[in-house]
Amino acid sequence: MATADWNPLGEIYYKKCEVYSMGWSDIVDISKFEVSAAPYGGPIALLKDESKTARVQVSTKPIITVFTAAGKQISQMRWNSGSIHKMGWSHTEDLLFVQDDGVVLVYDMFLTFKKTFGMGQEAKDVKVIDCKIFSSYQGTGIAVLTSTYRVFIINSVDDPRIRRLAEVPGLSSAPSSWAVINLDRQSRALIAKGSELCLIDQGGQYQVQTPDVSTEVTQFLAMSLSFNNRCLAMFTDKGVIWIGSSDLQKKYCEFNTKSPTPPQQLSWCGAGAVVGLWGNMMLVVGPDKDWINFNFDNPVHLVEEEDGLRIIGKYQHEFLYKVPEVTEKIFKIGSMEPGAMLFEASKEFYKGSQKADEYIRIIKDKLEIAVSQCIEAAGHEIDPAKQKPLLRAAAFGKCFLTDYNPEAYVNMCQMLRVLNQVRNHVIGIPLTYSQLQHLSMPILIDRLVLRKLFYYAVKICQYLKIADAEGASRILAHWACYKVQQKNEDDETIARAINQKLGDTPGISYSDIANHALEEGRPDLATRLLDFEPRAGQQVPLLMKMHKDNIALSKAIESGDTDLVYTVLLHLKESMNQGEFFMAIRNMPIAYALFIQYCRQQNRKLMEDLFYQEDNFQEEGTCKVVNSFNEDRMEDRIEELKLAQACFTKAKNEFAKVQTEEQIKLLKYQQRLEEEMNRPYLNLSLHQTIYRLTLANNHKVAEQLRKEFKVPDRRFWWLKINALGECGDWVELERFSKGKKAPVGMEAFVEVCAKHGNMKEAMKYLVKVSPEQKVKCLVKVGERKKAAETAFENKNEEELSYVLSKCGPSDKQLVDTIRGMKQQMSRR
Amino acid sequence: MGSTGHLSNGKLNLNLLRDYYRRELLECLDKCLGSKALVWDDALTGPFGLIAEYSLLKEHEVEKMFPLSDKGLPPSNVQNIIFVTRPKLHLMEQIAQNLLQEEHKGGFRKEYHIIFVPRKSLLCEKKLKESGVYGTLHYIEEFNLSMIPFDSDLMSMEMEGAFKECYLENDYTTMFYVAQSLMTLQFLYGIIPNIQGKGDCAKNVVDMMLRMRRELGGREPQITPQIDNLLILDRNVDLLTPLLSQLTYDGLIDEIFGINNTSVKLPPEKFVSSSQSPEDAPTEKKKIILNSSDELYGELRDKNFNAVGSLVSKKAKTITAEFDERHAAKTVSEMKHFVSKLPHLQQMRQSLSIHTSIAELIKEHTDSEEFLDSLRCQQEFINGLDTDKVNTYVEDCIGKMEPLDKVLRLICIQSYCNNGLKTKVLDYYKREIIQTYGYEHLVTLMNLEKAGLLRQSGQRHYPTIRKSLKLIVDEVNEQNPNDISYVYSGYAPLSIRLAQYHARPGWRSITEVLNLLPGPTIEEIQQIPVALRKRRSSITSSHSSVMDQKVTLVVFLGGVTFAEIAALRFLAQQDDAGAEYVVFATKVITGQSLVNSLTGVHT
Repeated sequence: MATADWNPLGEIYYKKCEVYSMGWSDIVDISKFEVSAAPYGGPIALLKDESKTARVQVSTKPIITVFTAAGKQISQMRWNSGSIHKMGWSHTEDLLFVQDDGVVLVYDMFLTFKKTFGMGQEAKDVKVIDCKIFSSYQGTGIAVLTSTYRVFIINSVDDPRIRRLAEVPGLSSAPSSWAVINLDRQSRALIAKGSELCLIDQGGQYQVQTPDVSTEVTQFLAMSLSFNNRCLAMFTDKGVIWIGSSDLQKKYCEFNTKSPTPPQQLSWCGAGAVVGLWGNMMLVVGPDKDWINFNFDNPVHLVEEEDGLRIIGKYQHEFLYKVPEVTEKIFKIGSMEPGAMLFEASKEFYKGSQKADEYIRIIKDKLEIAVSQCIEAAGHEIDPAKQKPLLRAAAFGKCFLTDYNPEAYVNMCQMLRVLNQVRNHVIGIPLTYSQLQHLSMPILIDRLVLRKLFYYAVKICQYLKIADAEGASRILAHWACYKVQQKNEDDETIARAINQKLGDTPGISYSDIANHALEEGRPDLATRLLDFEPRAGQQVPLLMKMHKDNIALSKAIESGDTDLVYTVLLHLKESMNQGEFFMAIRNMPIAYALFIQYCRQQNRKLMEDLFYQEDNFQEEGTCKVVNSFNEDRMEDRIEELKLAQACFTKAKNEFAKVQTEEQIKLLKYQQRLEEEMNRPYLNLSLHQTIYRLTLANNHKVAEQLRKEFKVPDRRFWWLKINALGECGDWVELERFSKGKKAPVGMEAFVEVCAKHGNMKEAMKYLVKVSPEQKVKCLVKVGERKKAAETAFENKNEEELSYVLSKCGPSDKQLVDTIRGMKQQMSRR
Repeated sequence: MGSTGHLSNGKLNLNLLRDYYRRELLECLDKCLGSKALVWDDALTGPFGLIAEYSLLKEHEVEKMFPLSDKGLPPSNVQNIIFVTRPKLHLMEQIAQNLLQEEHKGGFRKEYHIIFVPRKSLLCEKKLKESGVYGTLHYIEEFNLSMIPFDSDLMSMEMEGAFKECYLENDYTTMFYVAQSLMTLQFLYGIIPNIQGKGDCAKNVVDMMLRMRRELGGREPQITPQIDNLLILDRNVDLLTPLLSQLTYDGLIDEIFGINNTSVKLPPEKFVSSSQSPEDAPTEKKKIILNSSDELYGELRDKNFNAVGSLVSKKAKTITAEFDERHAAKTVSEMKHFVSKLPHLQQMRQSLSIHTSIAELIKEHTDSEEFLDSLRCQQEFINGLDTDKVNTYVEDCIGKMEPLDKVLRLICIQSYCNNGLKTKVLDYYKREIIQTYGYEHLVTLMNLEKAGLLRQSGQRHYPTIRKSLKLIVDEVNEQNPNDISYVYSGYAPLSIRLAQYHARPGWRSITEVLNLLPGPTIEEIQQIPVALRKRRSSITSSHSSVMDQKVTLVVFLGGVTFAEIAALRFLAQQDDAGAEYVVFATKVITGQSLVNSLTGVHT
């Protein structure tokens, strides 16, 4: 019978089932330990304090052992700090130890030290007499009660900010019991003082209340808050359990246990029942004074969960929980609920009985509800053997529905598969379906990662098709960070192993892993890992941090990111002396070029030094040339040019050397000319200088310069003709034309006269123009008609076309004439 | 700049890119709460104008705009001052100066921010720190505007220093920006499956791109590739083409007047309407926006200038005819039809008058003796005539002190076509230039030699390249071209020939020529997940040929000329075109701007 192990508590049922037979049964006697287990099927920490149990005073430090919920040992260590007052777990499954001086030490479940912080100077000075580790809205909080009866509280161990709660007025001895209540995003403490209760908060406020208890109360010996902080249970010195709301406004019941001693543990089973534990006897009390009694063979420890209570013993790990409503609906004897009918129908169907049909007919209209009930009920079952028939019933019912959304069914199957997997004693996380809903899948995966069960985590992600970035690659990255901590393997092996697993998976940051390796003090491994990092922007800064400047530089260069190269270069420049720095970059052309570029804009002197160092005389010379233009004083200019000249000589650049020499010469000339004629000549080119001299009618000096600098005839002719034209010295122009035969031809003279609008002068030279240039020159002086005639005489069609193209709209007549000429010519 | 429809007319919707930039910009701006004043690095106003109009900025509480200058900021009562600047050290000096002055002034408390375009730079931040103003700055953001969408098939980075930095100074920062930009493009338009390229910088860019993709580690958008091929060409693979005078319409506009961020400023005289008296003629230059949203310009821009005249007059006739339709319109519906066409017609007429004026301006230039003689000289050189001795025309140009850039262009062309010049000839030219234009050009000449534009005689590759790539085409039809050589009236741009062979029959057929050109040839294939591959449409589908035309992104490292772009557009229009082209360049250049970027002492 499915209901055989149901224990009625008033109208509802409670069920206790075994989740594990403990792996520690041979070695652990739970009564000899202080026990602390994390909720949501978390690990169990045992603390054995020899000094308390040994008859002879021994000075050995306690031993701490961490087990999985299935009793498999995870880690062990001997305590080496101060005296532990309290041990507990945080919501991220870190093990917290609170010492009597208020110092909190945080370890992970492998007992690797993570961090420490204190609970304030006052707690340190006066010692802690009691401590509560509680779950707050920000995570996990710690409250300590000092010997001065003050309460200090932090709301999150991740961000420990200490707050002092209000003082309880008139408290002269330690409170008989106290608890931390978390409601409305605020943590308050409830302190029992005699028959009164005092609620104190962070704002310095307090509130004294007397709960309504029918029997006489001198003291509340124990109090316990339900998982959701909404209900409160208290045990009075007269053996009465008071159950009510945590704001003390409502009383659900009073139950007289007739026990003079308080229970070892007063807990809640979900939010529905209070459990008291006296030795091997456990009493479950419902809000309506119903009760159940359980007896154990061995001592046990109770762990509250949001939907039940775990009972950890030497041999067994059991779970006590309220039979869920939906399960009750299906399995309760005589139930006529759709789910129950469907379950029956499915059973009959697999038996091959036609009764299946009858059952289905009964619930025909409510089949959808029936399916949902079976799916839900399957979720609440812990034993796969019980999940299966329920799921089978759901699947069977689904067949009769046409448009049933299969998502709920598929999801449940997937969730159960994952749950069954993590519940397996190898992993040992006895999580229920409702707990998983509250915890969420990503956190469950995180918890697997915390246990270093990377393989399972990856498999689950793949099974649930979680995107790689949040799933598999994230886990692999965690795995890699763990891997780099393994000191027994050499760098090469680890680097290779990591790369093999991770490959080029998107979302993996090799630089993060490398950073981890660096923190572990393994720079070589970090370097190797960084080799796999494709993002230079991540790689280079870390390499610099590791003082692998040369690798950083070459990686930066590979990336092509100029800014990154500069980052390394400037760092190098500051950390080395100049000589070393130059040596370091000389073999890296890109870095060298970029540094030069930087110098070009910021530090030209340094650039010259570099060229000098490199025997790059050509570039050094160029620098000097540029410098010469920036100097104001003539002597300095010439000095720079002389230096440049020397450089060019060394660079075997004969041309540049000669040019520089001539420039020096020219500058000296120009300086003298300025002095003599009081006109600006400096900064002009040789050509311009001669031109200016010609304009100024100083033909003698012009001629002298021409000879000195060997100006070619052709250019000199152009220069002189143009200069004379510009200043309108037509006499001199004519004289010039009659001198040596012009290498540019007479047409140049025509051109310059035409350019300056002196057609009369132009005509003088026109007669001397060579025949083939005549037409062009005639056009230039505006004699288009004559030009056309000449072209016609020359029988040159091309020339005719040229004249034609130069005709404007006003030359209509001429255009006609030329057309006529062309026709005439083509006729011949 | 309201309408941006022209950006989405191409095969690749560049409005997507523009929207992406707008979002990024606004995200930057919205970080600063309250009213803002923007202080502009002058070089950025043009590109920004193409991305975000003032009204948009206004919506995001930009109340004032100032140019960045040494003089400091004018008084204003905005809450935020945002400097929008390129990461250049001399600009940092100005910003620092501005900030120090502001501190001195006191008064209304403001917050100061910097937006770096396209990227933050460590050196700049260091400079700001050294100037002691780094702490004053609140936000230091970067806005990665690197591809300015000029037209539906053209993006430019407008980085004029790219050629010089890469080939002269071995500073490949711009190439890094190019690689990043290509990643942005792949983010918006999908991974480009086929990559080919030629040249050292191309290799550099491809390596960085592949590396960046690895860095992304699979986090890339799942988009079916909209760009099929990526072709990356180094400018130094073809140093000849940009030196020659462009003969297309927009090429000439750029050469003569300079097109900046798709707009050109022209002398106003030609644009005076007949009703205006000459006295009140505007003196300010007339600014005209040139992009394909102007229908007529879209048709004219790629034509050889010799074909522009006839096309313009043909258009004029059509329009007149269409206007005359109103006389023929008898019925109400005919009238209505005419009226509906009216705005378009009026717009066309206006555009026609603008382009007639521009054409006249250009004609003045192209008819000039200087232009024609220079063109003749260029033609001689590229045909390999008398390239081995000192050219008299070049000598005369020097003698007449014509602009240095013109002279240098000619000498560089000669050097290229002669496979370098004999030492005697080269030294003669160099000496002439130094004597005429000044000793400071010793540095210019050294730069040109370093960049490979001027060379001593070397191996004779040019004749082979010219022959095998058919660079010289004698029978050119300028009106109805049948070959890309129309853009230079008889010379087919080497770079575009490479693109042409790339599309069909493929570079394997010209391996030998490729080996003669400098730098490595690159070929990479980027794997695309099967699900994202383009499905081959079945052979039976009738319009498959249109749908299937591949999109090729051509990247010019070190700049591209308008004539080259025209040639690419011409290729895409051919019946047997292998691809539709989208151009992305570090800058739209002319021979003049290329040579000038290497000029002088003032580095």
